[in-house]
Amino acid sequence: MKTSTIAAIATAMSNSGIGIVRISGGEAFEIIDRIYKSKDGKKKLSQVKSHTVHYGFIFDGDQVIDEVLVIILKGPHSYTAEDTVEINCHGGILVTQRVLETVLKHGARVAEPGEFTKRAFLNGRIDLSQAESVMDVIHATNDLALKTSIHQLQGVIRDRIRGIRERVLHEIAFIESALDDPEHISLQGYGEELLIIVEEVYKELEGLIKSSENGELLREGIHTVIVGKPNAGKSSLLNLLVGRERAIVTEIPGTTRDVIEEQIQLGGIPLCVIDTAGIRETSDVVEKIGVDKAKEYLYNADLIIYVVDSTRPLDENDDEIMEMLGGRKVIVLWNKSDLEPVVRLKDLEDRLRTIGEAYKIIPVSAKEGTGMVELEATIGQMFFHGDILYNNEVIITNVRQKYALLEAAKSLGMVKESILAGMPEDFYSIDLMNAYEELGSIIGEAVGEDLVNEIFSKFCMGK
Amino acid sequence: MPFVTENYDVCIVGAGHAGCEAALACARLGLNTIIFTVSIESIAMMPCNPNIGGSSKGHLVREIDALGGQMGINIDKTFIQSKMLNVSKGPAVHSLRAQADKEEYSRSMRRTLEAEDKLTIRQAEVTEIIIEDGVAKGVKTFSGASYYSKAVVLCTGTYLKARCLYGDVVNKTGPNGLKPANYLSASLQEHGVEILRFKTGTPARIDKRSIDFSKMEEQFGDKRVVPFSFTTNPEEVQINQISCWLTYTNENTHEVIRRNLDRSPLYSGVIEGTGPRYCPSIEDKVVRFADKERHQVFIEPEGLYTNEMYVGGMSSSLPEDVQYEMYRTVPGLEHAKIVRNAYAIEYDCINPRQLKPSLEFKEIEGLFSGGQFNGSSGYEEAAAQGLVAGINAVMYIKGEEPLILDRSEAYIGVLIDDLVTKENHEPYRMMTSRAEYRLLLRQDNADLRLSRKGYEIGLINQERYDWIVEKEGLIEKEVDRVLHVNIGANEKVQAFLKEHGSTPLKTGTTLAELIRRPELCYEDLAELDTERPILPYDVKEQVEIHIKYDGYIKRQMKQVEQFRKLEKKRLPEHFDYDKVPSLRIEARQKLKLYQPHSVGQASRIAGVSPADISVLLIYLEQMKNFI
Repeated sequence: MKTSTIAAIATAMSNSGIGIVRISGGEAFEIIDRIYKSKDGKKKLSQVKSHTVHYGFIFDGDQVIDEVLVIILKGPHSYTAEDTVEINCHGGILVTQRVLETVLKHGARVAEPGEFTKRAFLNGRIDLSQAESVMDVIHATNDLALKTSIHQLQGVIRDRIRGIRERVLHEIAFIESALDDPEHISLQGYGEELLIIVEEVYKELEGLIKSSENGELLREGIHTVIVGKPNAGKSSLLNLLVGRERAIVTEIPGTTRDVIEEQIQLGGIPLCVIDTAGIRETSDVVEKIGVDKAKEYLYNADLIIYVVDSTRPLDENDDEIMEMLGGRKVIVLWNKSDLEPVVRLKDLEDRLRTIGEAYKIIPVSAKEGTGMVELEATIGQMFFHGDILYNNEVIITNVRQKYALLEAAKSLGMVKESILAGMPEDFYSIDLMNAYEELGSIIGEAVGEDLVNEIFSKFCMGK
Repeated sequence: MPFVTENYDVCIVGAGHAGCEAALACARLGLNTIIFTVSIESIAMMPCNPNIGGSSKGHLVREIDALGGQMGINIDKTFIQSKMLNVSKGPAVHSLRAQADKEEYSRSMRRTLEAEDKLTIRQAEVTEIIIEDGVAKGVKTFSGASYYSKAVVLCTGTYLKARCLYGDVVNKTGPNGLKPANYLSASLQEHGVEILRFKTGTPARIDKRSIDFSKMEEQFGDKRVVPFSFTTNPEEVQINQISCWLTYTNENTHEVIRRNLDRSPLYSGVIEGTGPRYCPSIEDKVVRFADKERHQVFIEPEGLYTNEMYVGGMSSSLPEDVQYEMYRTVPGLEHAKIVRNAYAIEYDCINPRQLKPSLEFKEIEGLFSGGQFNGSSGYEEAAAQGLVAGINAVMYIKGEEPLILDRSEAYIGVLIDDLVTKENHEPYRMMTSRAEYRLLLRQDNADLRLSRKGYEIGLINQERYDWIVEKEGLIEKEVDRVLHVNIGANEKVQAFLKEHGSTPLKTGTTLAELIRRPELCYEDLAELDTERPILPYDVKEQVEIHIKYDGYIKRQMKQVEQFRKLEKKRLPEHFDYDKVPSLRIEARQKLKLYQPHSVGQASRIAGVSPADISVLLIYLEQMKNFI
């Protein structure tokens, strides 16, 4: 059940290991009571004084999610002027996300873009002169959220959600046309038929929920670019990360002509890895495009993985790359460690120091697969310590989408219950419609006249 | 040259189902009312199907009745068969439908109008609306007579520039060959009213004596008839009913249609109007659902004293000769004699976006409209709007708040909100799927939902109102009692459960828990409920529904709570959306065009996003603080 208590991650999660989950609304204290346990397990946060801080743990059932500090703010003395709880999480971004999910599971709903500010304003907390900027913020955040939510979804998953929606709509339309025109369309034995369909759809949703947990729903992750001169082993590295032959790897420099993009999970962190053609001046038009793109990607990257071919001396290509690394988050891979090195590790270190940064260098062999564990650990460390800038909206959107999937699944569960309890058919369509709406919110499609159109186009009605 | 000039409080244009309700409401509320019709004989005429009600339409009739309208009472007096539809489904979709004796229905309504003291009936074609400075001041008729009034209600149905078509025959008439109204559209357009052209159709009427009923399935009415009106004594509607008959089209029928499609004005392009998708002609069905081997055909009597039978399911605009050939392929109709041809009718109506939810024109003060003129279809939809338009004409004259029902209060609210808020491309028909809170908007509780409003308006009398208040109390008390009656797991109870195919109890429970079991009901459980008070049937019905569907009802009530928050936020008339910063262009344009009366209505306009609504809310709050 949706309530007017809202929650979201209130901090930009990029710059520190601490993430704050904020809950605001009438049920904020009830919710925190459901999920918080103090050390002795006795404290009830709904009973404590306002503006106090409490140490303890967030639980989802029996499972500890994080060790936290919780701040209790009673309305109207809070940002939104409502009862507010702020949970300071220490376990890093993914844990913060899980805390938010737990809060949602126990009765809050995800805040709309700008909703805390909106409430603050509507409750008279914000000055009039600020109103216009609030409106701008709402539109800006909303547009961003919409853009992110739609763009982030992988095409395949979007199509799957569309497919599910169409099936659900078809069933609603069938029920509704039978209700509107009982003499033409019969629902005899339909419950059993629907049960099978609902179970199929339910399973499919469960699959989607699982993939949302693995972050597979998202197109974005940490934007990571693999860079290195031609034939340095970028594609082999990518293939190793992805776990299959994706980029064509040959001995001829410049084989990877276009930019290759892959989503991967490394230690639970979603990476969006872009393999580029080598950075070098070229006259080949096709390759030129690839190179330009590579530069552009490099410029926008959250993390750069620079692959150095240890078997060939550093050349002008490497110079060009290193020029672009200044001030960026970089991991350097000293590749082909299985072969006799030409570039010594010590020389590389010194050379890199001239750019002014102490970059982490990891010896790897993309061919043999060595050094991967260390790479993974390094990325994880940078990520959890907030070294890597990470798009906040991505996580929020992911939570929102997962929440919508869960709600849709819950509605289908209710349809199942209604069928098994022998409820009349018109009750099925109420929950089916809820599922349809929730799924639509994921792919940014409203309901509008869908149902009426489906009824008329698929079922032959009366008179 | 001297012309007739008369003065009234309200002019009603048109005496169909909308006009009659509007006129009765105005007159009953004490205003001097005049109603115009092109033909006195056509008052409350049913030019298409011979029935009232049906899925969701039955709800409308109940609601009209609960507000003090006439349709329910009139059909209770003149029906010849009645059925509660969807009884195997949930209570929210139960719907009454009755076959009417058309002549009798019309005559009875005419008598009701004639008996109303403050109501004058006038046969004349209204050709012009008198509008001064954006305010409606009366009407002019074809003869040049002027009727001045404080408000005007337009209920012109399908008569504006009407033409009836079949094959290549085009008759410039209204339905049933009646005189069309050819001038009023132009008068409205002069005042900036946007006119649309819609289309609908009707099947042939066939002589009963030429039908072989032995080849058809007989369709009976319900054994126990439930009246439409809450004021009708149920014993009075237990009459001898007349049967309807069911037969089917077949491949031959479809072949005849396909072979002659090029002769249909629909496909040759003669028809310009937009027709309804829910009520397709038989040629439409054959084309669009080509894989269907047969379509149902209902043969329905048009009345007790006529041989005419309505051929439900086979409306058409094919040429006369094709109609004969086509109907005669249907089992039982081999020797059919046509009394009236099937035809399509095209007519002018308005884009209802121009109306407020009170059904007053946004740009013309004191001008109201209802019925098919507003782009709807169906007798019940028309009557519902007519009633609201009539009531609001009175409220306007008295300077009181208009009656606006929202989507959580009534099907009437859904109907009007859809008409004035959504893009409407075809005649609008009520459907249960359009009502998002339908579990609350049942036909069985229309009186509980609306009679209080009817009483406040003045159309429901004290006695009826007192009963509603008493009924509410009885329901509440009994629901509370049932929730607290304990049922032990004793032998008598277990035996009872076994007998009713229900699982035995492990421990004691409440009566309510047992009522919730699908296989049990309140009535059956009387046996175990020794202290049960004697209650009227309709109270027991409410108790049962309350208990049985409690979970679902509560969920919808929560949704309604959310919904009402935005409905309550009113937007000022002629609000300047250019002053609201940050609205997207599309939203700004739509809001300017629709001028919604509440933020809730604004949120339902296509092209207005949730973010736009947030922005609007903040702006409104800002305004409030300034004042």
